[in-house]
Amino acid sequence: MKTKGTGLRLYTIIYLAFLYAPIILLPMFAFNDGTIISFPLKGFTTKWFGLMADKDQLHQAVINSLIVAASVAMLSSILAIFAARASTRFQFPGKSGIMAMIMLPLVLPEMIVAMAILVILLQMGVTLGLITIILGQTLVCTPFAIAILSAAFQSLDQSLEEAAYDLGEGKISTFRLIILPLVLPGIISSLLICFTISMDEFIIAAFLGGTKATLPVYIYSQLRFPKEIPVIMAVATCLVAVSICLLIIAEYFRRRGVAKTGGKDSGGFL
Amino acid sequence: MDLKSRWGRLSRSPVFNGYALISPTALYAILLLAAPLATVVYLSFQTDGAGVREVIHDFTLKNYFEAWTDPIYRSIMSRSLFVSIMVTLATVVTAFPVAYFVSFHVASNKKSLWLFLITIPFWTSYLVRVFLWKVILGYNGVINSGLKSLGVINDPLTWINVNIGAVVVTLAHAYAPFAILPIFVALEKIDRSFLEAGSDLGESALMTFRRVTLPLAMPGVVAAVLIVFIPTVGDYVTPDIIGGGKIPLIANVIQKQLLAIDNSPLGSAIAVSAMLIVGAISAGFVLANGRFLRVKK
Repeated sequence: MKTKGTGLRLYTIIYLAFLYAPIILLPMFAFNDGTIISFPLKGFTTKWFGLMADKDQLHQAVINSLIVAASVAMLSSILAIFAARASTRFQFPGKSGIMAMIMLPLVLPEMIVAMAILVILLQMGVTLGLITIILGQTLVCTPFAIAILSAAFQSLDQSLEEAAYDLGEGKISTFRLIILPLVLPGIISSLLICFTISMDEFIIAAFLGGTKATLPVYIYSQLRFPKEIPVIMAVATCLVAVSICLLIIAEYFRRRGVAKTGGKDSGGFL
Repeated sequence: MDLKSRWGRLSRSPVFNGYALISPTALYAILLLAAPLATVVYLSFQTDGAGVREVIHDFTLKNYFEAWTDPIYRSIMSRSLFVSIMVTLATVVTAFPVAYFVSFHVASNKKSLWLFLITIPFWTSYLVRVFLWKVILGYNGVINSGLKSLGVINDPLTWINVNIGAVVVTLAHAYAPFAILPIFVALEKIDRSFLEAGSDLGESALMTFRRVTLPLAMPGVVAAVLIVFIPTVGDYVTPDIIGGGKIPLIANVIQKQLLAIDNSPLGSAIAVSAMLIVGAISAGFVLANGRFLRVKK
């Protein structure tokens, strides 16, 4: 249904400008030849990007972030495959309750999740580090992965699976030969989204990281030093650019997944 | 033999398969969510020890007494609630027309593109976005320096920075997609023939919107309100960066008690209290809108 709505269209475009304002301003300051983050801009420079090469702490933070993000993406997508498959294919008592508990981190304040895990880890005497960040972020990423994967599993035609059973395939080989290829685009999309969330996640990383810093934790620690801000703008520009690229690839696979299983694209992740 | 066939029957039953499949994820959520939350509730009834991370396991209500009577916590809690309510109101009211536009005025093959455009900023670094809002709204920020160079103002406006308004704008920006998506989903479900029926029966467009569209969209609006209101209470980065620590919200207090002051029982009690208040307000809101949520499918 497409009708008039010029006013609404204008409003939505202004709203989008509001949504994108920070992301558009960010590279302007990253390429600005001045130490103070304000207008008017002083001139074009790439020196802030060059300075990134000298920061050892930054390099360590990037490595930490990559390790954490890759692990979180794997773990939460695997956990999400189980939950999405169970909830879309089988009916069992208590399903909605169990799913509600798994999806709860989506609505809980992230800080409450972070503090709760911190408290229990400290009581158990666990040393904080990258592993504890991975554990915490996996909890938060799993609901997003489930939202993406449920859409992929939902549109799966059950008769394909039954055909495979009738032809003598077992449960595991049916999953591997029939279901997995059909939901693979959804899985790739989920991996990329979880990777992006983890790369950008700050609160859990700050609470559960101990002395280990991921990239957002490093950025936060540098925001206090006005002299470091231009370099941080350059770092953030790279981070945002990588995130947007990953998201575009993820969206491509999500759509392909929905198309492949014959579903209707409802659009959006939630 | 008998055992084997019974196992065979069990392993084919949907109930068994469902439980078996969901158990890894459910177990993970129990270990890393339910158990930690239970620990927070437990700790909130304990006494803080003198040592680092020390907790004396001795039941007490002292923490709750302190959390509920200390005027500082009370004023910060009410400020937090005020900020969250303002953010929720601002986000949902500004998001509704966007969701409405995408659902009613965008061709169906373009809808997912619009939604994708709306969600992109949400997935990019939250920390960086918050910091950029400080740059935009700050004393020498984009708005002030822009207005100054245009000659509109001589001195920087102070009312747009380092105050609750700036925190509200930043949070409304952060949670925008969370408000747009549920409302969009609810609007998408509306049978378009209802709207035609409304206009056929002589209702004006505005009346049709008020009497048909809005009530049917209410489940989405309620979901949007909850999904914005609850998490914003736990935000400590925005007041920290935007307010420069001058306008702490309840999450800053919890974080400080937990880390800097090392009083996890009091921190837990404040956190549990905050979540109870937020939960009660949310439940009240859902009940107040109950008649919209009971719509037959």
